[in-house]
Amino acid sequence: MATFSAEPGRDDGPSAQSKSGQRLFEVHSPSSSLIVFPEDAPLRLESGQLLGPLSIAYQTYGTLNADKSNAILICHALTGDQHVANVHPITGKPGWWETLVGPGKPVDTNRFFVICPNILGGCMGSTGPASLNPKTGKPYGVEFPVITIGDMVDAQVLLIDHLGIDVLFSVIGGSMGGMQVLEWVTRQKHRVATAIPIATAPWHSAQNIAFHEVGRQAVMADPDWRSGNYYEAGVVPKNGLAVARMAAHITYLSEKALQGKFGRNLQDRTARSFSFDADFKIESYLRHQGSTFVDRFDANSYLYITRAMDYFDLEGAHGGKLANAFAGTTAEICVVSFTSDWLYPTRDSKAIVKALNAVAANVSFVEIESDKGHDAFLLDEPEFHATARGFLSAAAAKRGLAQASEAR
Amino acid sequence: MEKAVPFTGQQRADHVLIAEMVKPGSRVLDVGCGDGALLKLLAEEKGVDGRGVELSREKVNLCVQSGLAVIQGDADQDLADYPDQAFDYAILSLTIQATRDPKTVLANLLRIGRHAIVSFPNFGHWRIRTQLLFTGRMPMTPNLPEPWFSTADAHLCTIKDFVDLVALVDAEVEEAVAFNSQGRRLPIKTSIALQNLLGEKAVFKLKRRVA
Repeated sequence: MATFSAEPGRDDGPSAQSKSGQRLFEVHSPSSSLIVFPEDAPLRLESGQLLGPLSIAYQTYGTLNADKSNAILICHALTGDQHVANVHPITGKPGWWETLVGPGKPVDTNRFFVICPNILGGCMGSTGPASLNPKTGKPYGVEFPVITIGDMVDAQVLLIDHLGIDVLFSVIGGSMGGMQVLEWVTRQKHRVATAIPIATAPWHSAQNIAFHEVGRQAVMADPDWRSGNYYEAGVVPKNGLAVARMAAHITYLSEKALQGKFGRNLQDRTARSFSFDADFKIESYLRHQGSTFVDRFDANSYLYITRAMDYFDLEGAHGGKLANAFAGTTAEICVVSFTSDWLYPTRDSKAIVKALNAVAANVSFVEIESDKGHDAFLLDEPEFHATARGFLSAAAAKRGLAQASEAR
Repeated sequence: MEKAVPFTGQQRADHVLIAEMVKPGSRVLDVGCGDGALLKLLAEEKGVDGRGVELSREKVNLCVQSGLAVIQGDADQDLADYPDQAFDYAILSLTIQATRDPKTVLANLLRIGRHAIVSFPNFGHWRIRTQLLFTGRMPMTPNLPEPWFSTADAHLCTIKDFVDLVALVDAEVEEAVAFNSQGRRLPIKTSIALQNLLGEKAVFKLKRRVA
C-alpha cells in the first residue's frame, strides 16, 4: 500500500495525531448544538430496528422569526457535516457551502433561519457507528443498524419538531443532500413550502452503487479496519478510507476539468522518476485528498452512509412509479442539475421533473452550464446562485417574509 | 368577456389578447414561455397560478431567477408527461409553427387544459401572399424575419388551415381574434376569409368538443 504524503509546502496545521483525537472528540462532544432523544423514545428505522438514544448535532444561523416561517433546512452530502457556513472545527477551512449560505448570500442568513444537522450515521456528533452503543458501552462499529436516506430524514423531523417549527420555508441539498430533500417532499408533504434538490437523482444507479462498493471494499481490505472494531485498538483504516476517497473524488469531477487542471503535468519534478512516486500532479492531488479526508471522517460512517445512498430508490419505494412519491405535494420545487455532472446527470433530474409534472406539481427546472462536474454544486457557479436567490426571494415575497435584516 | 388588459405598448399584442381570454385566479401552463413575459403579465393582471415550459436554457434560467415556475423542456416531447385537465388553460403563444408535430401538440394542449389558447402568425396575410406571388420566393416579413433555410418555423399555416386542424383534433373554437401588427383586432363580424387575408396574427381559444 502506498503511503500518502501531503503536498509539499502546504500548511497542514495540527499534526495528524491531534486531528485524529479531535475527530473522536467531535463524535462525542460536537462543536455545535446538540439534542439527545432518550433511549426510551427510539427512532424506528426502515429496517424495523429501533435506535436510541439518538443524538443530533446541528448548526443554526440567523434568527427564527416570531411565527417560525423563515426556517431553511440544509441537508448535507456524503462527506459533509453541519458546519455549512462556519470555519470547520477540525480542518480550520471555511464552511462547505459558504458560496450559497451566509449573510447576503442566496440563502441569506440575515433573512432566513438556517438549520444544518449532521446526518444520522455521521461522525460529527449525530448518532453513528462511532457513537457508543448503550448495550455494550463501546462504539457501535458494525453493530450499528443499516440506515436509509428516509431514516436520516425521520431523524431530522425530530429535530425540526424539537425546534417547534411546523413548516420549513425551504429544504435544500445537493447530491445525497438532494436525496434527503426528495424524501422530505414525499414524507412530509405539508411541512415543506419550497424545496431545492440539486445535482441529485431519484434512485442510485448501478454505476453509483459500483463506485461505492469499490470504496467500501477498499476500507474493509485495510487490516486496520479490524471488522469495524478499530476504535478500541486506537487505529484507523486510513489507507483504505483514503483509497475510497480518491476513487470517489474522481467521480465528482468531469474529465474535462481533470484534464484542464492537471493534464499530464508532473508534480515537483521535471522528469519521470521511474518509480511509483506521485510523479503526476493528479496523483499528488488525489493522495492529498485521501490523506486529509481520513483526518476528519470515520471509516465506518463512510460504509454506512454509502450504503444508505445505494438503498435509495424513490421509484421502487412507491410501487415502481416515481410520480406516486409526489402525489399530493404542495411544495414549490426547483430542480437543478449541471451539464458536466456524470455522477448524477441531468437525465436523473429530468426524471424527477417528469414525475412532478405528472402530478401537476409546482416545479421549476434549470440545467446549469458548467465544466466542473458533480462538484459544481459546491463551487462558485453564478448562474446556479442567481437561480437559488431568485427562486427563494420570489417564494419568500409570496409568503410575506420580511426582507433581510441587518446582521446581528 | 373579462376586463380588458391595458395595452401599454410594453406587452406583446398577442399576450394582451390572450390575457383577456384568461379568467382571474386560474391555473395556466404556458408552453414555449420564452422570457416569461406572458406568465408575468398573467400573474400581475389576473393573479393566475402559472407554469412554463421553455426550450432555451438561458431563458428558463432567467424565468426561474425572476420567480416563475418554469422548466426546460420541449412542446413535442414533454407535454405527454402532464396529467389530463391539470390546468384551466394550456397556452401556446407564437410557438405552434415551430413544433415538429403541431397536431399532437395541439391535442396534448386540449388534453392538459380545459381550454387551449393558441396564437400564431398567419401565413395567409395579404402581404405574404403578394410577396410569394410577385417575387416567387419564400416570403420574409417583420413577423417572419428568417430565411427559409434557417427559420425554426417549420410548420407555418394560415388561419383557414388552423381552423381545419381544430376540427381534426375534435376541438371547437370558443373565441378567435385576428389582429394586425399594431395589435388592433379586426372587427368581430369579419368573415374568416377576410380575417385570413387581413390578420397578421391570430389568437384562438379552443376546447375539446363534447362527444
